[in-house]
Amino acid sequence: MAIFITVNGRMHDVTADAATPLLYVLRNETGCKGVRYGCGLGQCGTCTVIIEGKPVQSCDVPVSAVAGKAITTIEGIGTVEHPHPLQRAFVEEQAAQCGYCATGIIMSAKALLDVNKSPSDAELKQALSKNLCRCGTHQRIMRAVKRAAVEMRKF
Amino acid sequence: MAENTARRKLPGSLDTNRNLSQWLDINGDGTVTMRPGKIEIGQGILTALRQIVAEELDVNLERVRLVTAVTALSPNEGVTSGSRSIEESGMAFRYAAAEARELLLARAGAKLGVSIEQLSVSDGVVSSRNGGSVTYWEITDAELLKREASGEATPKSHTQHKIVGTASPRVDIPRKVSGAPVYVQDLDPPGMLHGRMSRPPSYNAELISVDLDDVRAMPGVVAVVRDGRFLGVVAEREEQAIGAQRRLTRNAQWREEPTLPEFDPRYLLKLQAKSEVISEKAAAKIAVGGCTFEGEYTRQFLAHASLAPSCAVAQFDDGKYTVWTHSQGIYPLRAEMAPVLGVPADDIVIHHVEGAGCYGHNAADDVALDAALLARAAPGRPVRLQWMREEEFAWEPYSSAMVVKTRATLSDEGHITSWQMDVWSHGHSSRPGRGPGSNLLAAWHLEKPLVRAQTANPPLPGGGSHRNAIPIYEFPHQRVTNHLIPDPPLRASALRGLGSQCNVFAIESFMDELAVAAGVDPIEFRLRHLVDPRGRAVIEKVAAMAHWKAHHKSDGDQGRGIGFARYKNGAGYMAMIADVELAETIRVPRVWCAVDVGQAINTDGVINQIEGGIIQAVSFVLREEVKYDRERVTLRSWDDYPILSFADVPEVVVALINRPELAPVGAGEGTQGPVSAAVGNALFNASGIRLRDMPFTRERLVAAMV
Repeated sequence: MAIFITVNGRMHDVTADAATPLLYVLRNETGCKGVRYGCGLGQCGTCTVIIEGKPVQSCDVPVSAVAGKAITTIEGIGTVEHPHPLQRAFVEEQAAQCGYCATGIIMSAKALLDVNKSPSDAELKQALSKNLCRCGTHQRIMRAVKRAAVEMRKF
Repeated sequence: MAENTARRKLPGSLDTNRNLSQWLDINGDGTVTMRPGKIEIGQGILTALRQIVAEELDVNLERVRLVTAVTALSPNEGVTSGSRSIEESGMAFRYAAAEARELLLARAGAKLGVSIEQLSVSDGVVSSRNGGSVTYWEITDAELLKREASGEATPKSHTQHKIVGTASPRVDIPRKVSGAPVYVQDLDPPGMLHGRMSRPPSYNAELISVDLDDVRAMPGVVAVVRDGRFLGVVAEREEQAIGAQRRLTRNAQWREEPTLPEFDPRYLLKLQAKSEVISEKAAAKIAVGGCTFEGEYTRQFLAHASLAPSCAVAQFDDGKYTVWTHSQGIYPLRAEMAPVLGVPADDIVIHHVEGAGCYGHNAADDVALDAALLARAAPGRPVRLQWMREEEFAWEPYSSAMVVKTRATLSDEGHITSWQMDVWSHGHSSRPGRGPGSNLLAAWHLEKPLVRAQTANPPLPGGGSHRNAIPIYEFPHQRVTNHLIPDPPLRASALRGLGSQCNVFAIESFMDELAVAAGVDPIEFRLRHLVDPRGRAVIEKVAAMAHWKAHHKSDGDQGRGIGFARYKNGAGYMAMIADVELAETIRVPRVWCAVDVGQAINTDGVINQIEGGIIQAVSFVLREEVKYDRERVTLRSWDDYPILSFADVPEVVVALINRPELAPVGAGEGTQGPVSAAVGNALFNASGIRLRDMPFTRERLVAAMV
């Protein structure tokens, strides 16, 4: 049975088996390489996308479970030329070392800021509790998200 | 060869790659091309190297293009490790660019009919005092840099620097945070297949039987490879490769033996060691009088635990291989792969493509060989292989477990009169190129295996297991002995800082214990034994930053401690103060750090590296150990290796003592030891509990309380 998903506003006809984790469909069928494999167990957050407003670890959900739903990936929120305020803030705060965790963290942060425009540090840490960073860039990331929150409140 | 030895020694890696054109091109289109042999691993090195080139050439940063390392083109700079990239690649570029500038000025002077002294340069425009001008781009040609470096060009004095020493933004971050396909994991050339490995359950497991046929019959499977106990699959789609790998793993029967030691680093003390006295002062006799103290400090095996499991893409065409890898050393990797693949090294082209942070030698090299072996089964098509998380955790080479014993005599006046330290560890490097034998995992598993190379231990002064084992304090009597145990029971190789983390933890914990015994404040006690002015400066600076109060007394659950070292006894100075809060577990809410790495090329780059190193080391000391039983490494997922999360990381404040007049030294690795000790010392200050075994888990804390 054919499965359709909507990725960054575009309908996509899935060719993978229904049980395939969403991660592989996003990376290999829709070209969203910013959604990254880290553990395949929903423990590290590198594959985080937003589905109907909620952050979801795409390695841990079969594509059939999100049929018909609107999925937003890092590629859907901004580009190098036209960055999302979060992406801009990550550059301004130099909030990356290797950067592998950054895209998942930005998606978790976006899901938070979309519903909570002025999160406290505790709320922010809670929202990022499923995202790991091994380089130790955490405090720059916290600063970047708070900077983006200020920017986003202006709109 | 006599001619070679008589050649002039050139700065950094220029010495081994002596042609200017290996490093730089000045292009007619207004750009400069640079070809570093060092690679980006999230440390920001490529940004710092660009700053050096732009500075010496007097061009804007935007003009500098960078070609990432590839064996066909790039200078051979060995391995990107040991925080040596600024010293090796940075100095090569500094002198190569300075010489290129002089060559350009000579041409410009001839063209404008004036002497070189009449010329100045701004963004590649060479202007004469008499008003004429010409650009680099007009006077360059392919011949300009086709010459051996003289080493006689004079780089700018630090007082002339405008780009070096600034917080130039990293060039790679905008694409990384936009989700662009920048990593080797993201490569997706046309026709690409996906590979996966099926590993033995333990190091020495013997394959009894495996059914390959029903895996071959699975949809999308292109090849199933068995060579000895090397088992892998290649499939059209990634999820098909994973499914086939799981089936293959279920189909394999193995016989296992208990070959691993007890789960306590003290197993090292029971093994035959090669012992070497590495520092001896005076007669090393225990002085008469005073009190003698002893300590014993340990740490378990640590994992690199890169957030991205290792990955490579390989293609096999007409007997030749092309490999895309995040290896830290593409030339040594090529040399190590060639005998396994049975081809001359020239038949392998290796491209470096960035991966995630690796923090040392993880499985990057191993997966490159795996991918090449799988690609051989699917000629003409690229094969991408990313290890699974459980595979990375179970098979990467770890940082060796260690035991350090100390013994010192404290005079009645509160001075250390003798110091003795003994270090037990395996070697700290099994990178490619350290043979005889092979250091690549798959090579040991093939039907015709290569023997496993003995784990090497980098020599002093940098050192491996003995890195930072010699205190830089002044003690009248001193003896330090390194006990090296060959053949680690778990794979062991380089992790950020090598042995320095445990050695500095031991030295600085013991210094604290002696300070307490002497009734002297720990900072005063350190300064009492330290002459080096740069060392004293970072200690005094961090004390001021944290508003350190002598003889700070804890209320029982909050405390403060210091740790200090000069990395490798010859690189950056770091002093840290950590705060600890004791509740159900140990928390580290804050760390202050003062650092001196000589000239900082990119000030924010240094600070970013230090902050990250500190947070990573707090995770090491509080949480991290590779778990194993007598048969297997049992580490499989992040549940088994719970690194610090956002909720737990300390706030870190870093002050840089920039010394632009001094040579720059690397920054990334010196933090691990000092911060580990600072946490232990703060815990003692908080609670009176002295933990000498890392990590400081809740179990250890509870055991120490009763």
